[in-house]
Amino acid sequence: MLPEKNRSPILVLLVIAAFAAAAIVAFMTIGARGNWSFVLPFRGTKLLSLVLVGYAIAVSTVLFQTITNNRILTPAIMGFDWLYMLLQTLFVFGLGAAATSAIDARLMFLVEVGAMLVFSLVLYRFLFSGKVRDLHLLLLIGVVFGTLFRSVSGFLQRLIDPNDFVVLQDRLFASFNAVDSDLLLISSVLIGTASLVGLRIFHTFDVMSLGRDTAISLGVDHQRVTLIVLALVTVLVSVSAALVGPVTFFGLLVANLAYILMPTGKHRYVLPAAILLSVICLVGGQTILERVFAFDTALSIVIEFAGGLFFIFYLLRGHAR
Amino acid sequence: MLPLCIHGDLVKLFLLALLATAAVAVASLFVGVSEVSLFALISGESDEKMLMVLAGSRVPRTIALILAGAGMAVAGTIMQMLSRNRFVEPSTAGTVESASLGMLVVLLLAPGLPVMMKMLVASVFALAGTAIFLGILRRVPLRSPVLVPLVGLMLGGVINACTTFFAYRYDLMQAMGAWTSGDFSAVLRGRYEVLWVALALTVAAYVAADRFTVAGMGEDFSRNLGLDYRKVVTLGLVIVSMVTASVVVTAGILPFIGLIVPNLVSMAMGDRLRHTLPWIALSGAALVLVCDTVGRIVNAPYEIPVGSVLGIIGSIFFLGMLFRRRYRAA
Repeated sequence: MLPEKNRSPILVLLVIAAFAAAAIVAFMTIGARGNWSFVLPFRGTKLLSLVLVGYAIAVSTVLFQTITNNRILTPAIMGFDWLYMLLQTLFVFGLGAAATSAIDARLMFLVEVGAMLVFSLVLYRFLFSGKVRDLHLLLLIGVVFGTLFRSVSGFLQRLIDPNDFVVLQDRLFASFNAVDSDLLLISSVLIGTASLVGLRIFHTFDVMSLGRDTAISLGVDHQRVTLIVLALVTVLVSVSAALVGPVTFFGLLVANLAYILMPTGKHRYVLPAAILLSVICLVGGQTILERVFAFDTALSIVIEFAGGLFFIFYLLRGHAR
Repeated sequence: MLPLCIHGDLVKLFLLALLATAAVAVASLFVGVSEVSLFALISGESDEKMLMVLAGSRVPRTIALILAGAGMAVAGTIMQMLSRNRFVEPSTAGTVESASLGMLVVLLLAPGLPVMMKMLVASVFALAGTAIFLGILRRVPLRSPVLVPLVGLMLGGVINACTTFFAYRYDLMQAMGAWTSGDFSAVLRGRYEVLWVALALTVAAYVAADRFTVAGMGEDFSRNLGLDYRKVVTLGLVIVSMVTASVVVTAGILPFIGLIVPNLVSMAMGDRLRHTLPWIALSGAALVLVCDTVGRIVNAPYEIPVGSVLGIIGSIFFLGMLFRRRYRAA
């Protein structure tokens, strides 16, 4: 690898993009037998969902770290995913499975995202208002919040009528292998909308990453941008949690990998790099596990393992700023 | 005269608390699907079925609750003393996750082992996991006290990922569910006796209470006082991992007892374990008894595992501790 100063960000991006393309091609073709007109749409849906999830997790993590101005807090570690799970459980608990299934799944999804938006803005806004200065304390609070959300939804799931629970289980325990293709369209629309909103304030991200005080003195409405980004992150997290369930450490891994590989911290380069890396990890990882080792949904477990180790080392090396 | 007087009052208070806990324990005998009534028992109108339920299921369950609660609370206290951190307990230090990895290994390699042997294997794993955690703390001096449980929780997550991986690979996810959610509904006569080991260890912890108190003041300080620090740490680790393993084997994971109880008792009475350990054991037993009985009542005739109830109460308590800290620091 070239020394850091001589590396051109565009060149690095191109290399990563080539790897991502290779992963996608491998995913679509390796081990394919029989009729292509069946294989392509079948694997295509799965590919689309993997890419959507990878995009959502990468973008939400990088933006979240930009507004919180550090490289270790991620929405997943702060319990966003579990909050989404809890809200879903609450819906089934409150309305009953019959009512929940009667409502159009897409409408239901939108309502859930809306509820998630309200809750997360109320809950997390005060955490990130700058009052909690100790980063480690903030992390621990987030982790324990995640445990609380998980325990409460576990508790409610025990109270739910067993028939209702089956419906809920279908929706909660999605995995990288069994994605609901109905949700793909609405997820794409939500992600697209969020990205458009993000593009409108894209120019503020680099300034935001300089920290609150610098950003304010450079003329950025810090509070407003934080609020918008938090809303975007919530939407993206809801989409990824709805598609594959909670994955705690994936965002942390790809975001930090992008920071390491990119010679610059500019969002113009870091964001696409994180997205491409997350596509490589998800699509490539799934291909390797499925085709080479014949493991199925173990990908999320492998990610948890590697991510947990990375997190511990990161904490211990004192890099957590 | 004054200290003696306070001491006398404390003893009275302790007896009162003991009575209250005993009352809850007796009450818990009569809560459940199959009807067992105190009145019928006293008036001699009880039938054979009632007596069988009482002796075979209710009494063992209540005993198991008391032993597990007291044991986990004491284990949490010892861990807090050894790591010198208020937030550490078996479920925030990788101990329970290691014990459950041990259970999985037994299930994979030697499923026919007697319960006692399973418990010993799980203890060895728990011991190794906790030793790794304490090793990290020794190697890397962590300046921030909240970093300690954070590392422990993540270590637990990593170990848990290993367990899930193998459980998934060998179709044991369902069996794993049985010992990851703390649940006493399967406790019958003949299936909880391992917990008496936990009682023996709890008593051992009381005998060594003064040593743990001194060890809690730090390695250098305790060496100065002539304490064999290493030996005390090893003793503590053995007690903690065996208690945790015996609870995981019989009922599953009981989160946060070792966090809630020792902290509450320490706020009220300080850290002299010779005085506080009986309170800690008693309050632990009472907490688990109450949570389990509530879990039996809320959704009757179904049950809510005590682990879920404790998970909610415990994480709220944990958050309370963190926010209190924040305001004190500010």
